[in-house]
Amino acid sequence: MSRSGRLLLVGGIALAAAGMLYGLHYALFIEHQTLEHMGESLEGAFTQAASENWANAETSLTAYADTKYKYVRQVDAHSHWIGLAMLMIVLGAVFDRVGFSERARYWLAVLLLVGSVLFPFAVLLQTASGGKVLASVLAVVGAACVTIALAGAAVGFFRKASAD
Amino acid sequence: MAGTAFSSIAATGFAPLSAQRLLLFGGIGLIVAGMLFGDVFAVFVLHQNGGQTGEMLAAAAQAAADRDAPGVRNAFASVGGLLEDRGTKIDTHVHLTDAGYLALLLALVQPYVALPSRRKKRLAQIFLAGSVMLPVGIFLIHYVGLAYSPFPVIGWASVLADAGGALLILALLGEAWGLWKYFRGERTDTEPRLRFDNSWAERALLSGGALLVLAGFLYGAYYAAFDLYHHENQETAILKRLLDFNEVARPSVANEYGSLAAERAVAVAAHSHLIEFGLLAMLLSFIQPFVFLEEQWKRRWVVTFLTGSWALPVFVLLEMKIGLLAGGMADFGGLLVVVALIAMLVGVLRYTGHADAVGVRP
Repeated sequence: MSRSGRLLLVGGIALAAAGMLYGLHYALFIEHQTLEHMGESLEGAFTQAASENWANAETSLTAYADTKYKYVRQVDAHSHWIGLAMLMIVLGAVFDRVGFSERARYWLAVLLLVGSVLFPFAVLLQTASGGKVLASVLAVVGAACVTIALAGAAVGFFRKASAD
Repeated sequence: MAGTAFSSIAATGFAPLSAQRLLLFGGIGLIVAGMLFGDVFAVFVLHQNGGQTGEMLAAAAQAAADRDAPGVRNAFASVGGLLEDRGTKIDTHVHLTDAGYLALLLALVQPYVALPSRRKKRLAQIFLAGSVMLPVGIFLIHYVGLAYSPFPVIGWASVLADAGGALLILALLGEAWGLWKYFRGERTDTEPRLRFDNSWAERALLSGGALLVLAGFLYGAYYAAFDLYHHENQETAILKRLLDFNEVARPSVANEYGSLAAERAVAVAAHSHLIEFGLLAMLLSFIQPFVFLEEQWKRRWVVTFLTGSWALPVFVLLEMKIGLLAGGMADFGGLLVVVALIAMLVGVLRYTGHADAVGVRP
């Protein structure tokens, strides 16, 4: 197996393991509490409104929106790490068939690895206070890395096809 | 042509009821079952459930306007039940298909699992048992609830699902142990290695799969950049209007909430289906040497698969614009994928039948 294929395979397995560990930690220590808080906030907003306690109803609704904002991104980071890791493993098995030089394939593999680590991390960073601009920039860079690498792989498979 | 291909492949072995065979058949079977379940869910449950959730939110808002706190709690209990119904069905669909992908991936790495064939077969059986128990358990959670359960919050269906998950982890640990031994230099050589004929079918699935994944990723990035924040703000605004006692058009506001939920659901479904079909296409390219069909039929099924893989997510997206017609086309796309998968499964069955007939052994 070539260096680029190995990089994708080993990187993919490591990323999948990291994504699963994050998911396990999240499921055990964060998710249940988050979901409970989300449900309680929404129900609380309506119950407070029934008591005509408008200020508390508004606070509960804001708490619901904030919690859901974080929940969506935390779950997305987990699923995108594992999804991209699976893609890297599958591509790693056939990367030798991408019709470019090994040097070009290696850089495509590096781009895919960097993007796969960075993009979900940036999504997660959006939930931290004060890091939203940096997070957005990193998300764009990560997404661009994955896009270029995937487009390169697709073109490479076609090139191989026409060469054969 | 198939016969020529077969004779070269047969020499590599594909033992009767070997781990690789079990995982290959089981994987395709799980994916087909997951897709059929998803189709049935989309037609008979998804939209009805969304409508009922909107109605219950409107009922909660009405109860709040009537200063009826117990009424609010009752309405939210119903919302919780509806969300559980929907969530467990989506999870059943996702876990069935994802276990199928994993089974296909494991089938492909079997040559690199340095364990005795009997142990590999046992691991495959454990993996497949877990792959069935986990989604069946998840599906039953909504219906079984806490009936006859000795635990305060965990029902028997959850126990079944968790037991299935534990079996999957056990099987995966075993496979990882075998891979570790292989990389340490041990060899058993009981399964055929990955090989490529570089056929049209393989190339089309590889290229088509990479393009599907790329399209799914680009669409996801577009959604995150331009629609996600807008949808999140819209949800809060709708909930505020629901709580406004002066709001006279409460049922139509609740409908707006339902439409927003549907809009988000189709966006996520389109994104995830494009990527999953792309991955599946690439995985299917690996098994093409084991599909014992005439080359032109292999091409036809590949075209059918790729057509369905594009049609389903594209028409799912169009559902919000052109309604039921798009929904029907999306379901037809799903059916094309299922038919192509079954055809490939038949091809693999024919291959194994011939292999057994000529007495191929590892």
